Amino acid sequence: MQYTQLTDNDVRQMLDRIGIESIDALFQNVPKRARLDRPLCLPAAMTEPELIAHLGALAGANHGCDELTCFLGGGAYDHFIPTVVDALAGQSEFVTAYTPYQAEASQGALQAFFEYQTLICQLTGMDVSNASLYDGATATAEAALMARGANGRRRLIVSGGVHPDTRRVLETYLRELPMELEIIETPTGLTDPGVLRKACSDETTAVVVQSPNFFGCVESLERLAAVTHDAGAPLIASVDPIACGLLKLPGACGVDIAVGEGQPLGIPLGWGGPYLGFMAVREAFMRKLPGRLVGATRDTNGRRSFCLTLQTREQHIRRERATSNVCTNQGLLALRATIYLSAVGRTGIANVASLCLSKAHYAAERIAALDRFELAFAAPFFKEFVVRTRKDVGKVLQHARQHGILAGVALGRWHEALRDCFLVAVTEKRTRAQIDALVAALKEA
Amino acid sequence: MTSNPDRIPRPDAPPPLLFEQSHPGACAVSLPAADVPTVKPASVIPADLLAAVPPPLPEIGELDLVRHFTRLAHRLFSVDANFYPLGSCTMKYNPKINERAAAMPGFTNLHPLQADEDVQGMLGLLHTLQTALAEIAGLADVTLQPAAGAHGEMTGLMLINAWHRSRGETRTKVLAPDTAHGTNPASCTVCGRHAIPIKSLPNGRVDLDDLRKRVDEQTAAMMITNPNTAGLFDSHIADIAEIVHGAGALLYLDGANMNAILGVARPGDFGVDVMHYNVHKTFSTPHGCGGPGAGPVAVRAGLERFLPTPHIVRRDDGTYALDHDRPDSIGKVRSFYGQTGVLIRAYAYIAALGPEGLRDVSEKAVLAANYVAARLKGHFAFPFEGPYAHEFLIVPQLTQHGVTELDVAKRLIDFGIHPPTMSWPVAHCLMIEPTETESLATLDAFANTLIHIANEAATQPDRLHSAPQHAPVTRLDEVGAARKPELRWRAAEPQDKSAGQQEPPPRIHKA
Ligand SMILES: Cc1ncc(COP(=O)(O)O)c(C=O)c1O
Repeated sequence: MQYTQLTDNDVRQMLDRIGIESIDALFQNVPKRARLDRPLCLPAAMTEPELIAHLGALAGANHGCDELTCFLGGGAYDHFIPTVVDALAGQSEFVTAYTPYQAEASQGALQAFFEYQTLICQLTGMDVSNASLYDGATATAEAALMARGANGRRRLIVSGGVHPDTRRVLETYLRELPMELEIIETPTGLTDPGVLRKACSDETTAVVVQSPNFFGCVESLERLAAVTHDAGAPLIASVDPIACGLLKLPGACGVDIAVGEGQPLGIPLGWGGPYLGFMAVREAFMRKLPGRLVGATRDTNGRRSFCLTLQTREQHIRRERATSNVCTNQGLLALRATIYLSAVGRTGIANVASLCLSKAHYAAERIAALDRFELAFAAPFFKEFVVRTRKDVGKVLQHARQHGILAGVALGRWHEALRDCFLVAVTEKRTRAQIDALVAALKEA
Repeated sequence: MTSNPDRIPRPDAPPPLLFEQSHPGACAVSLPAADVPTVKPASVIPADLLAAVPPPLPEIGELDLVRHFTRLAHRLFSVDANFYPLGSCTMKYNPKINERAAAMPGFTNLHPLQADEDVQGMLGLLHTLQTALAEIAGLADVTLQPAAGAHGEMTGLMLINAWHRSRGETRTKVLAPDTAHGTNPASCTVCGRHAIPIKSLPNGRVDLDDLRKRVDEQTAAMMITNPNTAGLFDSHIADIAEIVHGAGALLYLDGANMNAILGVARPGDFGVDVMHYNVHKTFSTPHGCGGPGAGPVAVRAGLERFLPTPHIVRRDDGTYALDHDRPDSIGKVRSFYGQTGVLIRAYAYIAALGPEGLRDVSEKAVLAANYVAARLKGHFAFPFEGPYAHEFLIVPQLTQHGVTELDVAKRLIDFGIHPPTMSWPVAHCLMIEPTETESLATLDAFANTLIHIANEAATQPDRLHSAPQHAPVTRLDEVGAARKPELRWRAAEPQDKSAGQQEPPPRIHKA
């Protein structure tokens, strides 16, 4: 295939106009030694029907959550995506526009991102949201860097309830900086405010927690915020946006920087990406925010309009002193979240959260009633919980898989102490019959 | 029922915000009622962790929602509707088949923590893409994980830091030309390194004397962009590489401009050790109003062991796997594996074009840029001499009429053309990148329009000062927007007394 439209005749005309004989002359600045004197070693070009068949075969070689019943979570969830999300976010104007630097030619995108920022503030109870970051883990890392930029302190305290992959991303980011990372163990599934208090000091950059945390347990953000604030540090909380339909909002709990993975907001599982990192903060952090911000203003005729603003934080102006290096963000995913949140609305988000809660508790009760299965933690949970089994975890999960069920995520890979455990997530999409089938499969295993 | 006539969309009226359309009781989603016993939240979660009321999201019916976002889409320039010669951004056509590929349920419905056996098609596709990107770069191995160009820069610099550490060194400085994209120095800071600007010569190339002066045993790397941001291939690239390597530093390529050299020259062959791609530029993945992109990083042999975890590998039995066991790796740089949906599109693009097609892309991109430049000769100043790569700079020397590059850019909007990149890397310039996918007729229409605007500047400069007149809005008060930031909608008066929920506890820390 080819996507260029220039014919041989066009090329000849263009060369004439430039005043050269061949395209090769345009590459005269590329030294001979640097040139490739053979074709690239790649598979031959495909025509459109060949490519469709080829891609279909690759897609068909996977076994996804349309074919299997998904109880996997651990940071990505099989929530229902309303048809309007695909239909509207798929409009080619949204898909094929660049970052809205030229405001007059980009009002549609700018208004959508202004709406996104507002919706994220409403959902988290925070003051200011940026226009998106790469994903939940990098948003957490950006939050840590922002806290350091604000107070210059060098010791980041991270709850053991934070997703282990997010912790690893934090480790990667902090390794290059004069910063240390301290993990607070969470043997009960929850962050212990007393232990946190002992760890905090006037060197604490920030405290990072997650709620519901990696084990599904709901933390008391309010108590953790109070302890953190006593050390003069901000609390960074990674939250599940769906849980915000039910739980007290981070902003109301005293959280200073709310971040999270926006995938549950109308974004397909897609084997891990592209997802959406969101970040919303208290007013005091507004000028320290990483990423883009859209603001409302007026045009010369006094009409309400929108533009990128506070750009002096960004790299093209501030270069090495920018608040972050993030430039391209997750615009189209932020648009999906905007459409999702306005489609479900105030009552819908509460309904989705309530369905998750009921179904997860139904599943947990049934599983815990099985011989040789129990819940690993007594802490309150929302849509996800840890199951401990005296059977072999690998065999249990494999048996369920043979029955077309993705029963959960084995935790041994991340937590030595949880080698006999797996994590089960139940969204509003799971039916009673599917949950009963899961329970039956675990029982048989 | 509302009697507000603003509810009927008039073509020129700005659409009300979602929040202004909220209609309590409306909802665009229907879900089945619970088929399990309904659990009262307070029976399983302590009351002090629960909200009294749901978050105050707007409530909108499905048709109004559809109209709202459709109207927004129509207030937006895009590649599918407009010529978009935005320099450095490679706004080429985004093939429709790529969208079809990425939307295949066999890809979209995969959970990232499924077993490798269940995702062999996905792993195989990504492994093939890795291999293709390594071949195009002339380098040994590739990670597909970084989420965008800047994330690739950060990952690349971390790999370079790890390489130095493995040799018992910690180097603190990274050099980059003063014409480098702002993310280059910003990424240095994220990696705890000092960015040192290197001067450019009047001909746009790196000043080798300045480079020699600044490179030392504290230099971890030099970041170059080649062809550079002025659209010029630096013919002294071999000297640059020699100087940098001579100091024990590595050469990093910002691959944002790879669209100019696909199959023509490979970074690994001209001395580059580490580079990132912007697949949302070079490999046709759409920009989505600002993202998502993807910034795969390629490395020279000897640096593979530092690549982020997990890494996709091909086993001896021909199956594919995620390798988590990489003791020398810099670690994880993001959640899960990568911007998979974007990478599928890049794969489809490379598979469609093949080796000859990719080289043809670069030849035609460079031809288009040089053709438009030739058409504009005599009407605009050119800060640098050609031949150009895939983009070039012009400076509208129209100041005698009080006209700036901003005025020219805004006037282009009136003609349905998205403005070029402005005022970077040279003051007052416009950076024009036509790309290979435009027809000759479009290129000619663009050149004619710019020439027309240059004439207008002399005869009717007001047309430029007041532009755009044919866009949904006229010029904005951007200064006012930054002075008094209004970053979210707020209800005129609390919509719902409980919407603010409990008072937040007093704030003790000082941010
Ligand atoms: C030359 C150059 N380098 C780096 C970047 C940063 O890439 P990204 O926006 O994907 O992070 C860009 C584009 O924005 C660029 O044009």
